[in-house]
Order: sequence, then C-alpha cells, then structure tokens
Amino acid sequence: MNLITNGKGRAVPTDVPGWGKFRAYKSPFALIEEEPLRTRGCPAMKAARPGEAKVTRSLKDAIQRSGLRDGMTVSFHHHLRNGDAVLPMVLETISEMGIRNLTLAPSSLTDAHDCVVNFIKKGVVTKISTSGLRGELGAAISRGELDVPVIIRSHGGRARAIEEGSLPIDVAFIAAPACDEKGNLTGCMGKSACGSIGYAKVDARYASHVIAVTDDPVPFPLAPKVSISQNEIDQIVIADHIGDPAKIATGAARITRNPVDLKIAKNAFDLIAASGLIDQGFSFQVGVGGASLAVASHLREYMEDKGIRGSFGLGGIGGYMVELLEEGLFDVLYDVQSFDANVTSSLLENPRHMEIDASLYANPYTKGCMVNDLDVVCLAALDIDTDFNVNVLTGNDGVLRGASGGHCDTAAGAKLSVILAPSFRGGVPTIKEEVQTIVTPGETIDALVTERGICIHPRREDLLEAALKAGLPVKEIGRLKKEVEKITGRPETPEVDRDHIVALVEYRDGTLIDCVYKTRNT
Amino acid sequence: MGKILRTVLYIPGNSPGMIQHCPVFGADAVALDLEDAVSIREKDAARRLVTAFLDSLDFSRVYVSVRVNGAQTPYFKKDLEAVVPKGPDALRIPKCESTDDVKRAEEIISALEDEAGIPKGTVKIHAMIETARGLEKAYDIATSSKRLEALTLGGQDLLADLGIQKTPHGRELLYARSRVVTAARAAEKQAFDTVWTDINDINGLFEEARLAAELGFAGKAAIHPSQIPVIHEAYKPHPAEVARARRIMASAQKAESEGRGVFSVDGRMVDAPVIERARHLLRLSELYENSNRGDETS
Amino acid sequence: MSKNTPFKSRTAQCGTLESSDCLVTISESETSHIDYRGANAGIFRKRTEAIVKELLDESDLTSVAVSIQDNGALEVTIRARIETAIERFLQGR
Repeated sequence: MNLITNGKGRAVPTDVPGWGKFRAYKSPFALIEEEPLRTRGCPAMKAARPGEAKVTRSLKDAIQRSGLRDGMTVSFHHHLRNGDAVLPMVLETISEMGIRNLTLAPSSLTDAHDCVVNFIKKGVVTKISTSGLRGELGAAISRGELDVPVIIRSHGGRARAIEEGSLPIDVAFIAAPACDEKGNLTGCMGKSACGSIGYAKVDARYASHVIAVTDDPVPFPLAPKVSISQNEIDQIVIADHIGDPAKIATGAARITRNPVDLKIAKNAFDLIAASGLIDQGFSFQVGVGGASLAVASHLREYMEDKGIRGSFGLGGIGGYMVELLEEGLFDVLYDVQSFDANVTSSLLENPRHMEIDASLYANPYTKGCMVNDLDVVCLAALDIDTDFNVNVLTGNDGVLRGASGGHCDTAAGAKLSVILAPSFRGGVPTIKEEVQTIVTPGETIDALVTERGICIHPRREDLLEAALKAGLPVKEIGRLKKEVEKITGRPETPEVDRDHIVALVEYRDGTLIDCVYKTRNT
Repeated sequence: MGKILRTVLYIPGNSPGMIQHCPVFGADAVALDLEDAVSIREKDAARRLVTAFLDSLDFSRVYVSVRVNGAQTPYFKKDLEAVVPKGPDALRIPKCESTDDVKRAEEIISALEDEAGIPKGTVKIHAMIETARGLEKAYDIATSSKRLEALTLGGQDLLADLGIQKTPHGRELLYARSRVVTAARAAEKQAFDTVWTDINDINGLFEEARLAAELGFAGKAAIHPSQIPVIHEAYKPHPAEVARARRIMASAQKAESEGRGVFSVDGRMVDAPVIERARHLLRLSELYENSNRGDETS
Repeated sequence: MSKNTPFKSRTAQCGTLESSDCLVTISESETSHIDYRGANAGIFRKRTEAIVKELLDESDLTSVAVSIQDNGALEVTIRARIETAIERFLQGR
C-alpha cells in the first residue's frame, strides 16, 4: 500500500485493496471548506401495490426475498447495546444459507457481538465498517484475523458515508422493539424497548432493502410514536427475541462516589462555569457515567441557583438529563441514543424529548448538524498527547477496545470541548508523548481536566485567562505529564507491526486521520 | 498558629490505591496509618510503602502526617528511622501518657533529622490522647516539647480504657473533649477531635463535627473521603461572623494607625484575643471561597 | 546481606492483588529469571525488569526467580513491594 503523511504526521494509505481510494486528513475543517458540496447517493424508488404483505416468521425467507448475495453489504444498529440478539441471529442464518464475503456495516459493535469472530473465520464476513471494536472481536482484529482493514467511522462520519454512497447498504436489518404489519416501527415501546433508534434511521432511508426484525408485533397503525415509517420498510420478520431487556436498558446510572472522578467533575464544572458559557439558552452534552455524569449534577445545582434555562441537551441521553428536562432546566432534549429505562418512557411521552437521526446529530455535510450548535461537551479519553490529540480506540497494549462514536463530531462542533480523564489509570499515565491512535485531533479540543490539574490548549488564551482569574488549578500539559511520570514511570509504546494495518481511522469528513496496526505481543 | 487543618484523613498505610490519591481527596491533612490499619505481618511492607510515597508523591497543599506505631511496640523506632528522613509535616504518636513518651520521641526525631540533614524541628509531633492516664497528663504532654504542635483525641481507645460504650448523644466524651482542647490551648497548641466511625450516618457526623468546632477543636479526623466535605461544612463560619470579623480587622487597623489601644465594634470592646479570633476566622473563610485555588499556573 | 548468607526459606512474598497494587514473589531458583505479568506487562516490561535487577544487585541476590503480578501499580509501589519481598526473603520469613 502507498502511504503518505497526513496533517497529523501519521502515515495513511491512499488506496486500500478491498475499499478503494482515500484522502489524507488535513485539518478539522479543511475539506469542508474546500469542498462544501457532496453528491448524494440515492437508493432506488420502489413501488408497492396496495395490500402487499410484508410480514414473515422466517428470517431465511426474508433474506432470500431481499436478494442478498455474496459480496454485498449488510447493516445493523447497536441501539440494543450489550443485549442485542439480532446481529448474531441474522449472521447465523446468512451463514447457514451459504452466503459469503459480506461487508458488515453496523453503527457499532458491542460486547454482544463477539460471535463476529467466528463469522470472519467462516468467511461470511470479510470486511467491516464500524464505530467501535471491543472484547474478543477487537482482540481478533488486532491480531490480524481480518484480511481487509476495518474502517472506523464516527457517528457523523458513518451517516455521511451512507448518504454520499461511500458505504452503500444492500440490506439493512433494523431491530424494531415495536413494529406494526406495515412496517411502522419505534424503539420506544415493546418488551425490548431501547429508546431512540437514531442511527438506524439513516440506514432505513438509504439502504436498498430494509428488513425490520421485531419480537413485539403491534396492531396497525403504530401509535403514538413512529420512528421509521412504513414507506422505508421492505419486510418485517417476527422473531421470539430480539434482545435481552436486562442488558438493553440498564438501571439509571447513579452519580459516582469515586473520589478521583468527583474531583475531576468538580474541576471540569468549575472550568465550564469560568468560561461564561452557562447562561440562558445554554446547550450541553455529557457522557452517561463516571466523572461526566457528576458534572451534570454540579450543572443542575448551578442552573437551579441562578435560574438559568438551557436550550437543549444532546446525546447519548441518560436518565439524569431526562430529570433536568423535566425540571425545566432545558427546553428540549435531542436524543440519538438512549440509555436507562426511564429515557425510553420520556422519549415516548414528552414532546420536548425528541428523537434525532445520526445525520442531523453529527453529519458535517448537512445544512446544520446539531453538534454545530453545542456550547459544551464533556468527553472521555483513553489517552491524550501533549498536542491534545485524543485516542478513544486502542488500549495501552495497542489492542482495539473502544469506539469513535460521536467524539470527533462533538469536539469539532462544540464551543467548548472538555476531556475528562484521570491523570493515570491502572498505573499508566493518561498523557503520552504521542498517542498510539489519533481519533480526535487536538485542534478541536479545548481542555483536559484531570484530578491533578486542568490543562488548557494553548490556542485558547481566552479560556486560560478566565481559568486563572477564577483561581482554577491550571497546569501546562507537559508539566502535568512529567509530574505523573514521576510516580508511574514512562511506559513504552506497544509493539506493533507497521507493515500490517488492521484498521483505518476515518475522520468525520472521510479523510484518514490514522491507522491501527497489528499488535505483536497479544 | 500555622496551617488550618479542618480535616485529617486516615489513609491505610498498606493500601497503595489510597495513598496514591492523597492529594485528591480534598482533606486539609492526611494521616498515613502504620498502626491500626496495618496487620502485624504487614508492618514492614506498609512502612516501606509509606516511606516510598513520602519520597516520590507530590502531596500538593495537603499536610502530611504519619501515624506511627506506639512507643511500646517493636515497630516504633523502625517507623521513625524510615519516615523522619523523608521530612513529613508531622508524626502522629499513639497513646501518649507522659512527658517522657514525648521526650523520647523528640530525641529520636532530632537525631534522625540531624543525620538526614534536615532542619531541626521540621517534623512536628501530634500526640494522641487515648487513655485515662494520658488525659490526666494532657497539659504536661502538650508543653513537653516545642516540636509538639497538637493534641489529638483518640476516642475509641479512650472509651475502652474507661470501660464505657459510645452512645448516640456522646456525653461520655464531653469531658475528655473539653479537657484536651483546654490543655492544648493552655499550651498554645491545637487540638484535633476523634473519628466518627459510621460512614453512612452523615447527619451524625455533621452534628459531631459542629460540636468539635464549637468546643474549639481545630479540626477532626476522618476515616473515609466522603466525610471530608461534611466536616468542612460543619467548620464553615457563618457569613454574619465573617462580616463582623472584617469589621473588627478594619477597626483594629484604624485604631492602630490612630495610636489607640482600645476600641469597640458593634458596641462591644475589642481586645487582643478577639482580634486574633477574627483573624483566624477570616483565614478560615478564605478556604471556602478559594476551594479550587491552584498552586501552580502554566 | 551477602552471598554467603544461607537462605533460610524458599520463597517470600509482598503486596496484594488489589487494584493499584502488585504481588511480588521471590523464590530460590537454579536460574535467575523475572516473570512480569498483568495488563501492563507489555508496556512496562523494561522498566520493571530494570528495577528488579537493580534491587537484586543491591542485595547481592543471585539465583532467584522473581514473579510480579501487576494490577496497575505505580512504579513507586512496585519498587516498595520488591524491596520488602527481598527483605523478607533474606530474613527467612
């Protein structure tokens, strides 16, 4: 493969056998500014006669009728999280039918998808495009068990790729917690309810053939909420179970009691307050656990105290944000993925809790994705370098164990992007000389907040001034790195085989920002 | 009278996972514990671990004390020999019962400071009053050494020595508390209150911490990070008190510049002890305004 | 603590398997070797082996097998645990 050096100094290929041509990353908005227009890839328009039946209890029949052949692309959503049974069930059936060489293009892969390793071994799956890789599957890919590199895409990037036709989906399988016989479906109801199915909406619109898979068929017409309408659904398969409810909607995450996370959260909140962004009409996105969620609790107290009403909360919505909505602290929640069981009922019942699709959420090639209007986002990191480049994909051993998700999208769009991370984890420093894998470029990160200090990106002199004025524990990032290394020691970089690329990290604009290499010692 | 220490958090000396986060818990002081928190089999391991951290960890603005094993144990001398050369802020010495107990420790510490080349008097002593005998000798103990900075009440052991139980109302320790504070203050030293052991009873902790503050304890020991903000809240001065303190300081400065020795504020005469208390209150209130003031900037 | 001191016991240990700690085991062995395991075994191997060698040399210890199960310990912790394990080994505990 021919490699060139991109805008981050990383070697990336320009032409990948199995995928095609790629451009190298330049800077967060370079391509968008140079080429603000993209052609849209369009699926065919299909006519349906009145009274045509779409329902079957045979997944095999449905797949046959879809015309799925060797070499095609299938997609899934990951809204059922660790409780998903649809992807394993569908791939198993496809495998039994003798279909091979498929491109697997789910919105992401979770702990429920280790079975993909076997489908790779059998040759059922030979290419993958996903946001994340974890567990056994991540380890297998890191060992080089898939010949063609995986493409890692962010949520906004996947939507863009689908809409422009770079990722043409032949058959989309949409797990549908509640679905009527015409194909009107939603994730807000049903025994396997999962809340928003924002990622799936893009698949439904652009895939050539769409099969809904449900375990809770409801009488037509589905009401009051329809997330995907019948005019986008080709077939409906009724299965016994589409997932494990216990693993789909976990109990509401409680605020952490870990002192380190609480300190990080306090520091992060103080920084956000010092920035002056928390004011009437404020918009906010936060993660669903750990330090991130604890920030939300500080925010709540502050907003209640000062009588501030925010405009919207975005995400990744957990139960805590729903509480803030119900309290009147935000006008609206825009929900692309729901966590917690009470988020589902809020989405169903509260008109101010709105379901949005991945494209509206974060696709840069739209007339205004929501991340562009975000004031503040709190993000996590596996590690970060002294240029503030963030890795959320590979562990300290170089093995794939994370996801791109909405990380680079929100960081690019938000006025203030804050990384929350402990200064060291498991004895390993979080600040590295160079991160193994760059997912989010430092130019879109404004600050790193740890329990031992706040590091502000040099280009944000205004933020630095505000933080100093507020008496916050600001430290230069190189300084904090040295301080931590004094007690942890300085880790070696994991040994990887630079001649063997196992994954390509695509930035949200479609350019390649980095590569993941085969690990040696695992 | 030195640094304000509202909280002293006990950290088990054999738990690296806890020691490494000392600067993060938010306590004004920590007491790295080589005594009760460490089993006999692990005394050597804990000693070495604590010593290593004293050497390498940046404790930031946290006051670092080490609770060593008692002078009657075979570990006492080894603890001092290992820890003193690292220059911790203080040693917390259990079961002090006489001036001899303190003086013996003082001798060893001085010799070790000398050997290690650190300025004499660097390492202070916080003497634990944990027995009836110790309580009787509280004042003598407090005055026995310039190095001794504080008396601390060891409530549990004292109750055992007195042969009584802890009760919800806490009257059983009222005398001991008052005695320790009085003895300390008479010697111009500080006093620290004992731990509240029920981690889940936040209200009980708050009430007891308020009592400690009202009785004149400079601070209170804690056994869990979650207790820190509760104790700090109990020590928070009332805004009206702070405002009055400001008025007193302003009047004091004015009186000084006008060459007047005596003056009154809000109709009450102000003399030196009142000014001192006002000064302390203002320093204390600053801790609540600048709860996040960093020590370094880039 | 010289080579001529007879070894009174076959193994000694220090540390725990708790998070942020490590368990160090030193035992008599015909050939010296270091067995370093745990999530950080890949990226801190050189560092850890260097520390072990340094501390064994300091105590004139040869012909010992050192095994370390690292559960995310800081370098300062690893060092302290090895030092105590060596001390215990030499004391015959």
